[in-house]
Parts: sequence; C-alpha cells; structure tokens
Amino acid sequence: MKIDKNLILRLEKLARLELSESERSGMISDLKNILDMVEKLKEVDTMGIAPLIYLNEDANQLREDEVKNELSNEEALKNAPDRDGEFFIVPKVIPRVKK
Amino acid sequence: MIPKYSTYKAFLSDFQQGVISCEELVDYYLSQIEKSKNLNIYIEVLEEEALEQARALDNRAADDKKGCLFGMVISIKDVLCYKGHTVTGGSKILEGFESLFSATAVERLLAEDAIIIGRVNCDEFAMGSTTENSAYGASRNAIDDSKVPGGSSGGSAVAVQADTCLASIGSDTGGSVRQPAAFCGLVGLKPTYGRISRHGLLAYGSSFDQIGPICNSVEDAALLLEVMSGKDEFDATMYQGSSFTFDEKNWNKKAKIAYFPATLDDERVDAEVRKAAYDFLEQLKDGGHELVPSEFDLLDYLVPTYYVMTTAEASTNLSRYDGIRYGYRREDVHTLDECYKKSRTEGFGEEVKRRILLGTFVLSSGFYDAYYSKAQKVRRLLSDKMKEIFAACDFIFMPTSPIVAWDLGEKVDDPVAMYLADIYTVTANMVGIPAISLPAATHSNGMPIGMQLMADKFEEEALLAFSKLLME
Repeated sequence: MKIDKNLILRLEKLARLELSESERSGMISDLKNILDMVEKLKEVDTMGIAPLIYLNEDANQLREDEVKNELSNEEALKNAPDRDGEFFIVPKVIPRVKK
Repeated sequence: MIPKYSTYKAFLSDFQQGVISCEELVDYYLSQIEKSKNLNIYIEVLEEEALEQARALDNRAADDKKGCLFGMVISIKDVLCYKGHTVTGGSKILEGFESLFSATAVERLLAEDAIIIGRVNCDEFAMGSTTENSAYGASRNAIDDSKVPGGSSGGSAVAVQADTCLASIGSDTGGSVRQPAAFCGLVGLKPTYGRISRHGLLAYGSSFDQIGPICNSVEDAALLLEVMSGKDEFDATMYQGSSFTFDEKNWNKKAKIAYFPATLDDERVDAEVRKAAYDFLEQLKDGGHELVPSEFDLLDYLVPTYYVMTTAEASTNLSRYDGIRYGYRREDVHTLDECYKKSRTEGFGEEVKRRILLGTFVLSSGFYDAYYSKAQKVRRLLSDKMKEIFAACDFIFMPTSPIVAWDLGEKVDDPVAMYLADIYTVTANMVGIPAISLPAATHSNGMPIGMQLMADKFEEEALLAFSKLLME
C-alpha cells in the first residue's frame, strides 16, 4: 500500500477537508504508522466468519409512520449561519452562464 | 481530596436532617469550581440556573413527591444536548450552537430533580484519551496538574475528583468513561450497548457509543443507571427487555472470574499496574471467589479493529458538519463545495481531521474489504470469544489501563502510542458488554490505578452488586 501525497489529496477531496503542505506530510507519516498497526489484522484467520454488523440482537423495532416531534421553521433555522427567515442560504451552486 | 459527599445517600440524609439545603450544596460546589479554575474543567458553569433549580427544590422540601435524584448536583460532558443551552463537543465547528432538545438521558435526570451545574470539557467529539484535543484547552488532573485527567470524558472525571459536583455524565466509545475514572481515582461505568438512549448524544462511533456515569461510589453509578436507562422511541438500537433496577441483595454467591495472564504479563503494562492487578486477583481469591485463567489470543488485534471501525463510523457521522444548517461557516467563499471544505477545515481540530481521513480511507473503494469488512469479522470473533467465556464465568477482570496518567503533551505527537493505551477498554465497546472501572491502588508517583470488571450483556445488576461488595 503506497501512502503518498496523491492518496492524501484524494482523501481530502472525499472528506471535504483541505490540509496545508506540512499537515499533509504529517498525515502521510501518521497514516503509515496507523496502517502498519492495522495491517496486523491480516494475520487473523477470518475464513467463513460473518461480519458483525448489529450489536443489538433484538428484532427490528418498527413504529407507525406518524408525523410528530416536529420543529417549527423558526427553530430549524435558529442555528443556521445564513438564512432569510424561510430558507437556509448557501453559496451559489450553479454558476451564471457567460453570454 | 476527600469529597464533601461521596454518595447521594449521604447528602440526602443531611438534607433531611436540615444540615444542608440544596442551595447551600450548590453554593459549595460553585466555590469548588472557583477554586479549581486552573484545571480547566468547565466549558460553561450554569451558576444562576443551578441556584434557581436548587431554590425551587428547597421550596418543595416538604413535598411528598420528590424525584429519586432530588438535589443531586451533576455536570454533563459537552457532547450531551441540553435544551436551550450551547453544546460544543469540544469543537470550534459547533460554536454558538444551541440545542433544540435535551438528550433523553439528560431529560430523565432533570425529571428526577437532579441539578445540572454545568457543561464539562472533553476531547473534540470524544476523540482522544487525554482531554487535550479540545478547542477549549486541555483539562488537568487534580492530583497533579502536570498530568492528564484521561479522556475523552476528562472534564467529567476531574469535575468529580475536584469535588465540583456529586457525579458527572460522560460517554464511552472505547474507554472514555472508564479510563478517566481510573486516572482520577473514581468509579466509571459503561453500560451495555442499548441500555441508555443515545438520542441527543453527539455521535462518534454509533455502534460503540454509550453514555455512562463517573462518580465516587458504585451505588451512585447504579442509581444514575436506573434513572437514565430504558426504552426510548428516539433510539432504535435500545434494548427492548425489562428495565434496569438495582438491588444488591440479588447478588449473594461467590463469583467465577476469568482473567488473561498473557495480558497482565505483557511488557507494555507498567510494573506497578501489573502488581496492583495481581494483588486485586489475590484479594478476590481470599474472598473465596474462583479465578479462571483463560487464553486470549486476540489482544493485539483489538485496537486496530477498534480504530478501523470507529474512524469509519466517525467519518460518516461527522459529514453532517458542513457549515450549512448549523455551526461554523467560513464566509467569503464563492461555491458550495468551497464552503463545505473551508468550513470543515477551519472548524475541526487536528485529531478529528486525522480520524475522518483514516475513516474515509478504510471506507473508500478498493480498501473496504481489506480493512472495514475484515474488522467486522474480527469483531464477530471477539464477540464469540466473550460469549464462550461468559457461558462459564460471571465476570472478566482486566486493569482499566496498562499505565497511569501521563504528563500533559507527552503523547500528543504519537497517535499510535496513545491508541495503544486503550487496549483494555475497547473490548467492552466492540462487543457491547457492560464494564466498570474501580479505584484499586495508587502508583508510587501518586497517580491512581483503576481495575476493570466486565459482565455479560445486560448483567449490570450483578456487575454493580459485586463491585459494591469489593469496594466495601
């Protein structure tokens, strides 16, 4: 497994993060160390073992599909960094087409 | 330091005899908070509110209908939502965020007349073992302020240790309640997965996270678990069986306790911690309990499995912090993508970014099977192993941490060394079983040593009753 700048750049893009050059080289060595530790898992024989996905052994809990515990528009927008009273405001998604 | 009250019962008895009022108790804790400012325990002290709550309770002193936590002064780790209050998760990215509802656990404490005295510090989004990774600065151990208090619920542990409240509510994803309890000489309980609702707890690793109390006594841990546990329509992973009640009389037999000699003799264990562990086992034997030395060959795979799975879950959970609906947003950006990227980059701290990127890596195409899927299978093997042990034994014994509280700054630059310190605590979270850390000894450097007992799923009553017996 090659841990290099390209891999870090790809992960940054996927995670919507942006590292500085020095953070990036720190991340390369951290990731190498962590993956060395994680590589150990290959020693464990897991042939025929089913992955453990749910810790809770109870059957699925279903409920009626009712509308309840609603937030008002005002409450939902309360913590938004930018809003106009009715909507969240975000930077422009579709750029203006130049004529 | 010797706390004013080491159990809720002791306070209640004084209260009933008119020795102290709720308001006087809150005043005392507020003065303790003032005295321990150098330890950086609280992100926010709810001074006026706590006093108001206390006065309201004092006015109801003659009332027949009092909650079972009447006047119990509690602090909450700042990953728990409390309606109308800020919650930061120790992160800059939640700056100014105000909860629209209370966590189910917090709501239940209030419904039983507990007093919430403040929000305490923690590692950012509960990621860390020292409470140094907080946007609000590092917390310090009250025994020696050059030492860490442990983490991630370090603020909770020091809050109790410095006697600024009777108990504190933390969260435990890989040891975050038990390890700081051990580092500060306290009792810390991680309940069974599904015992306490996670509704209103800022999510880190959703299949690992569990809320738990840190306090001076086993009986208070049991009391708080009784109050906080039980079904909740907001958490679909809740246990649907009967609710938890505690009666120590339900435990009246000699215990059979499994332990792993290989884990105690491991070179990474501090010699004095090892000695304390063997002393603890000796005491159990003297008490007539049966010790069962057992094989455990998965020890070296625990921490790697844990980190693969929790970072994967964290990278997913933390994608919600995007600067759009709440939290920190970088202004003066021109595209939506730039807004996400800059807001997250400036809002998250270094350790959180490290774990998000690692989680993104283990979940990315081409690596999923090699890492994430592999880790899920090792998790199954571990779960099977524990089932096998609990078929024959009541409890499993391990130290809580291989080492005692270390110096501030000591391990910050070496994430792997820090992660390995979690070796004894992650098992309980990987399998979903309950575990408790009990104060057991003191290291020659003055720092407390904690010992840990684990029980089978939903066996908290036996675990707590047996722990109480041992503490006596």
